[in-house]
Amino acid sequence: MLSVHEITTAYQGLVAISEVSIEVAKGEIVLVAGANGAGKSTLVKSIAGAERPRSGTVTFDGQRIDGLPQHQITARGIAYVPENRRLFPRLSVADNLRLGSYMYRGKADREAPLDLVFQMFPRLQERLDQRAETLSGGEQQMLAIGRALMTRPRLLMLDEPSQGIMPKLVDEIFRAVKTIRDTGMTVLIVEQRMAECLEIADRAYILQTGKILMQGTAAEIGDNPDVRKAYLGL
Amino acid sequence: MTTATIIQSLASGLLMGLLYGLIAAGLALIFGLMDVVNFAHGEFLMIAMYTTFFLFVFFAIDPLLAAPFVAAALLVFGAVIYILVIRFAMRARSNVGMVQIFATFGLAIVMRGLAQFFFTPDYRSINTSWLGGQTISIGGVFLPVPQLVGAAVSLAAFTALFFFIKKTDFGRALEATREDAGAVALVGIDKNRVFAVGWGLGAALVGLAGAIMAMFFYIYPDVGASFALIAYVTVALGGFGSVFGAFAGGIIVGLVEATTALVLPPSLKAVGIYAVYLLVVFIRPRGLFGSI
Repeated sequence: MLSVHEITTAYQGLVAISEVSIEVAKGEIVLVAGANGAGKSTLVKSIAGAERPRSGTVTFDGQRIDGLPQHQITARGIAYVPENRRLFPRLSVADNLRLGSYMYRGKADREAPLDLVFQMFPRLQERLDQRAETLSGGEQQMLAIGRALMTRPRLLMLDEPSQGIMPKLVDEIFRAVKTIRDTGMTVLIVEQRMAECLEIADRAYILQTGKILMQGTAAEIGDNPDVRKAYLGL
Repeated sequence: MTTATIIQSLASGLLMGLLYGLIAAGLALIFGLMDVVNFAHGEFLMIAMYTTFFLFVFFAIDPLLAAPFVAAALLVFGAVIYILVIRFAMRARSNVGMVQIFATFGLAIVMRGLAQFFFTPDYRSINTSWLGGQTISIGGVFLPVPQLVGAAVSLAAFTALFFFIKKTDFGRALEATREDAGAVALVGIDKNRVFAVGWGLGAALVGLAGAIMAMFFYIYPDVGASFALIAYVTVALGGFGSVFGAFAGGIIVGLVEATTALVLPPSLKAVGIYAVYLLVVFIRPRGLFGSI
């Protein structure tokens, strides 16, 4: 479904990721893990079109998408939830969700994902009229995921969804990721909390200083002695 | 000074104030949307007045009928200016704010120069419009009809703008872009399109004002300058970026101007506006309704 081939992305001459290749198949949950500064965020930004890779290709459903403007990549069916969520803070929860379905016209088309969103995150339904900025960190993350689902993506990319959130809500969010996949969507998730994430992921890549260090099924990665020592603290 | 004169002054001040609000609305809209102060705003007004004038001279279209066409023409003009000029100014690698100031300031000079060249510096006026020169008396207060119609158009435009922003999808996209222009791509919105429409809308509002003003004001290449200055004061009073603050700011400016004219010699009528402006800047720098 998604095929990233040898992309290199640099910020003002500093190479953040170098010739990184990853594959994501339909219906998978794929984890990209690695330490801070390993280039995880740069990788998803380069796929989403928020950063432009210097070289390499990104192919989605057989079509090249690298170089397209970011909003067109969203329109092709890739929803991206950035690390800092980027909600519209002074707009209501309802308006944030409505904006998610901006690309669609018919009422049925626009509201189709709402059931799933409210089923996973009932808190959002209780807070529809509240401004997004008044939500807690966890609720904001839920809203960001909800808004992304409203674009009706085929691939959902989450960058550090557990960051700055209390542990109870982290579990809720990881459970939601699984539910989302069970509805037929594909998920690419970037996380530092590798242990919890390996439980829901099918496959994983480990990035280190801008390069792919290791890849395999979630079980292989979780059982690898080096990974257990360096990343899982076991 | 009698009560009647005071009421008379305040009534005309209120009418002018509503028009000032309409002139300033586009400036506030564009600033709120993308933090760009359009220093060519007065020249947009000038172009709108000339468009009205030429529609009258060549096609005998009365300014009142011309108003929607002038607004539509300015809508296109504003969007084109964004696409051809502002979009590039915003791509500056450093000191974007300064680049934007010089870009719109340069635009103002170019527009004025072109107007002087093509339209000549002569003062023009529309002497035989339907409403020009007419007054009506409401309870003993004499009101000029063009200003009265201008005030009605202003009220209608602000009402329409309110519903457009609060109730339509595109209005919501405008609000979202205003909140975080970098985030709208996440929901598939092209921010450049929103910006272009924002410039178009802002220009259309000043276009409406220009068509009304052409009924009772001289038309010349520098006409925008004095009104733009009032528009900046209006927007700063109301709170930079708040479209409905501009509405309130306009009314305040109109009333203060009228009151000043009552107590000071006419040549000093602008003193009041700037005094109030300074007061607001000292006491409440974000403006009366600003939320910065």
